[in-house]
Amino acid sequence: MNVEVAGTAAPKLDGPLKLAVPRGALLEGTLDVLDAAGIDTAAVRGESRALIFPSERITLVTMRPSDVPTYVEAGAADVGITGKDVLLEQSDRLVYELLDLGYGRCRMVLAGRKGDERLGEAQRRLGMTRIATKYPRIAERHFEATGRQVETIEVKGSVELAPLTGLADGIVDLVATGRTLEENELEVREEIVECTARFVANRVAHKLRAAEIDELMAKLRGAVAR
Amino acid sequence: MIHPIPPGTRDILPDEMRELRRLHLALIEVFEARGYGEVATPAIEYDEVLARGDGRTADSAYRFFDERGDLLALRSDMTVPIARLVAGRYAGAETPLRFCYLANAYRAVRPQRGQMREFAQAGVELIGAPAPDGTVEVVQVLEAALDAAGLDRAVIGLGDADLFRQLLSELDAPEEARAAILGRLATHDLVGLEAELGEAGIGDEQVATCVALSQLRGGREVLEQARAIGGGAVERATARIGETYEALEARGAAGRVQVDLGLLRDLGYYSGAILEVYDPALGHVLGGGGRYDGLLQRFGVDLPAAGFALYLERVHVAQMEEEPSREEGS
Repeated sequence: MNVEVAGTAAPKLDGPLKLAVPRGALLEGTLDVLDAAGIDTAAVRGESRALIFPSERITLVTMRPSDVPTYVEAGAADVGITGKDVLLEQSDRLVYELLDLGYGRCRMVLAGRKGDERLGEAQRRLGMTRIATKYPRIAERHFEATGRQVETIEVKGSVELAPLTGLADGIVDLVATGRTLEENELEVREEIVECTARFVANRVAHKLRAAEIDELMAKLRGAVAR
Repeated sequence: MIHPIPPGTRDILPDEMRELRRLHLALIEVFEARGYGEVATPAIEYDEVLARGDGRTADSAYRFFDERGDLLALRSDMTVPIARLVAGRYAGAETPLRFCYLANAYRAVRPQRGQMREFAQAGVELIGAPAPDGTVEVVQVLEAALDAAGLDRAVIGLGDADLFRQLLSELDAPEEARAAILGRLATHDLVGLEAELGEAGIGDEQVATCVALSQLRGGREVLEQARAIGGGAVERATARIGETYEALEARGAAGRVQVDLGLLRDLGYYSGAILEVYDPALGHVLGGGGRYDGLLQRFGVDLPAAGFALYLERVHVAQMEEEPSREEGS
């Protein structure tokens, strides 16, 4: 892994530092931490539908959390914040994971229908479990590491639907409060890994903009330590 | 009608080829002018011979059988084939030997986001010149190559491949944990690094030292900061880097060199100095190199060696991306 091969993506590393900010569940916590680190986030919090929020020292670029490694790896953003779940699923992306920011804590779990032995039954009698997930690589690694065979079914929308309709025996998904599982008569069977927000950097930016990135990292570390 | 070509490969059409050719010629001219003679070796070699140089590239090698049932592989770089060539054709020759090349290499990586499976490399190998002088010469050739390519903003990272290996044995990290720790260091996964070091039974203070060391990068002051951290492994590594850096400074060639104690390259054969090349216009590494004093020995010739390789396509992209900033500057 991590073999270097000639690539052709060519974004710029000049101008103010570009920070990829995750929209969605991590947005609120991210903006709070950025505020605490002395970075003005008022524009992002406003009604604007813009995606890029420039300022003198740092430009905030908002995007889906799962796109953050893509932009940071290519250098289209110098640094970024995203969930560990995203980094685990895209572990072949070459980004430097510099800091555990601690917020956005949730668990990657294997879940099945309440009171239903379908999960174990399928493994025992069919030698294979069908798992619906948005995280096929995390699911495959988990089953491989525990010596079981798995058929992952990648879905884009509500994963909970899969075991309820018989598409899959169980699901691998990210759980924050567990309410969605509860409402769909699903329960946690196994915990796979705990995930929090992480600060990541492009490897060239980490070298060429060392002072700026180190300074930002120190501020973020201070902000989450409070 | 579209007939497919394998993923990770591509055709080059005249407009691009013309520019690539100009870059080829400029680089080879720089190398030849400094006494590096161009060589070519076969793209296919016996797998056993390549694996002798670097067992780890085996992960991503293209392999196949020939009609006699021998296992062949496509080269994944030029350093190992040139080590093979020196052992076979230049045994006992007067050293140092200087070679340059411009060649395609092959790695069976997942072809995505512009990562190619077939890619062109241009580089040099300096065989029989020990550190620091040999390293200094290679860095200066690299600087001349970047100048010839017009990348005057490019930066060369200078690190030491043995620093963390020695540090881990100094800290008595268990043998079986070291590969995982070095892996975390190479990818700068600091969160994972702390976890791995903790699991290996390294004390909190020393964990903090390791993490801090891996983040030290910048000018000459970085060496002082590292020395302040102390310890035999750090002392030796900073002495090695310092020697090279000072020799470069004395020749006025340290301006674009960044000292980087966190630098680790994936290839298994590096020892001592390691190099990486960056340009502010590009988010990917342009190339790399360093010393591999133990590599030739694996082929039966005990000679120190150093070299570098630039990814030609990436240098070309950087050239194009640098055009606006050059126009602003002029």
